[in-house]
Amino acid sequence: MRGPGTLVLGIESTAHTFGVAVASDKEPHILSDERHKYVPEKGGIHPLEASLSFMKHAPTVIRKALEEAGVTPRELDGVAAAFGPGLGPCLRVGATAARALAAYYHKPLLRVNHAVAHVEIGRLLTGARDPVIVYLSGGNTLIAAQVGRRYRVFGETLDVALGNFMDHFTREAGLAPPYVVGGLHQLDRCAEGGKLIPGFPYIVKGQDVSFSGLLTHALRALKAGHRLEDVCYTVREIAYSAIIEITERALAHTGKNEVLLVGGVAASPVLRKKFEVMAAERGATVKVVPPKYAVDNGAMIAWTGVLMLRHGMITPPEKAYVRQRWRIDEFELPWFT
Amino acid sequence: MSSSSRGSPKVVALGAEAAIVRYEFLGMPSIFKVRLPKPYRDPELDREVRSRRTLQEARVMRAAREAGARVPRVLLVLPRRALIVMEYVSGERFKEAEPRMGDKEACEVMMVIGEYVARMHLAGIVHGDLTTSNIILADEGPYLVDFGLAKFSNDPEDRGVDAHLMLRALESTHYARASKLFECFMSGYSSVAGEERAREVMDKVREIRMRGRYIEERRRKAGGRHE
Repeated sequence: MRGPGTLVLGIESTAHTFGVAVASDKEPHILSDERHKYVPEKGGIHPLEASLSFMKHAPTVIRKALEEAGVTPRELDGVAAAFGPGLGPCLRVGATAARALAAYYHKPLLRVNHAVAHVEIGRLLTGARDPVIVYLSGGNTLIAAQVGRRYRVFGETLDVALGNFMDHFTREAGLAPPYVVGGLHQLDRCAEGGKLIPGFPYIVKGQDVSFSGLLTHALRALKAGHRLEDVCYTVREIAYSAIIEITERALAHTGKNEVLLVGGVAASPVLRKKFEVMAAERGATVKVVPPKYAVDNGAMIAWTGVLMLRHGMITPPEKAYVRQRWRIDEFELPWFT
Repeated sequence: MSSSSRGSPKVVALGAEAAIVRYEFLGMPSIFKVRLPKPYRDPELDREVRSRRTLQEARVMRAAREAGARVPRVLLVLPRRALIVMEYVSGERFKEAEPRMGDKEACEVMMVIGEYVARMHLAGIVHGDLTTSNIILADEGPYLVDFGLAKFSNDPEDRGVDAHLMLRALESTHYARASKLFECFMSGYSSVAGEERAREVMDKVREIRMRGRYIEERRRKAGGRHE
């Protein structure tokens, strides 16, 4: 017998990870965390192939997550899944599994926003209360903060995401894949010992950043015979500084005093150091989601499901559709008072 | 005002990017705008960014003035020191004055601002931060200040953003008559730029409003990469 507590199964399947976990409102909160990662043979994610891989592994991953938590489906209080934003075919696998489980076992269905879940697991694990959120991943570059019970977007990229930009540049420069070695991105690695080359475009437009011009300029500089480490260093300094600059603006604008770094790219120690320098000057603190939970996982979905269930945010299965583009600011957050 | 500005420098505002200090320059009450060094940036990059932006801001201010908008005179620019010294404009910010003003009086201010913005737009300048805090009511007429985000642009999108920011600022301070005051702004705009241009701006405002923070629109523009 399990003590009283709300138990929610959460399914993540927005991109390359099919993750399932069970979370509880009681400590230790995360009772299991199973993941299957789709790794393309070459190139980037092929959505259809990813979804086929997910379908093959879904039953096993779900079963393992329940076993690991020592919970039967009947003991669950709710079933959650990330219904967006993400890749359509991938999203539908998790959504279909969640709808089926909820309908079959008569459990409340919780329609989780993937971006919100990244923030909520970050808040749970770092103790951040009401931070300015910096969400940096392969596909996301977003500065947000809670205002009026929503995560409002204060700044974002006008073109490519930071992670995407870093991957693209290092690939073109012949440094990657693999993109990350020993916890350090190839861009951070090759920047070591580099010196600044003047005249690269540093683009901050109001609250937003732009990286496409920087990428073009950097590749041209390589062709023109600049030293690789200098180009890497310059590119990295500009990209990171631009992100920090718009974060500082969001801090100044909202008057908040915490910065929460979420998403895969947030793991960069160089970037983190820069954030700390900026925050120290403003009397703010920087909190970073542990790497294991900074990437896509089922625990963040299950945990957000717990919060949603507590506030009665239930969706009937027949109305639970996926949304490939579901913005973070379209999701109400009743848990902020 | 002039007597109180003598003596020691006084920090008027400390933003994320710059400090605004009231002081004297050549015996005139002046505003010193200094872009502050950012310790998280490479020192050389930091100098480069601050000097480039300082120069840009001064250029845009001068161009806006030449285009016929009432903008503080730039007295001195030292890009390497990230410093702009400009004329001090004595008066109350529209943001604070507006609630006390009668409909007609407030409408007139917005009409004049609309004219300024239209003149700037025709000259290929956008302000980028058009709010009621950046309008100062001086005896000789309203001034448009803070060109920190201004730039040279002929993109209809940027013009729409200017007008949209103005509307949003009006709504956040005085919701009751925001739409009326925005009409005043647009009528001033249209009297200078013509109806067709005014309509183009209004269409953009509606479009921006529809798409919230317009992420999807931008993605489509950027080539539809899925995030």
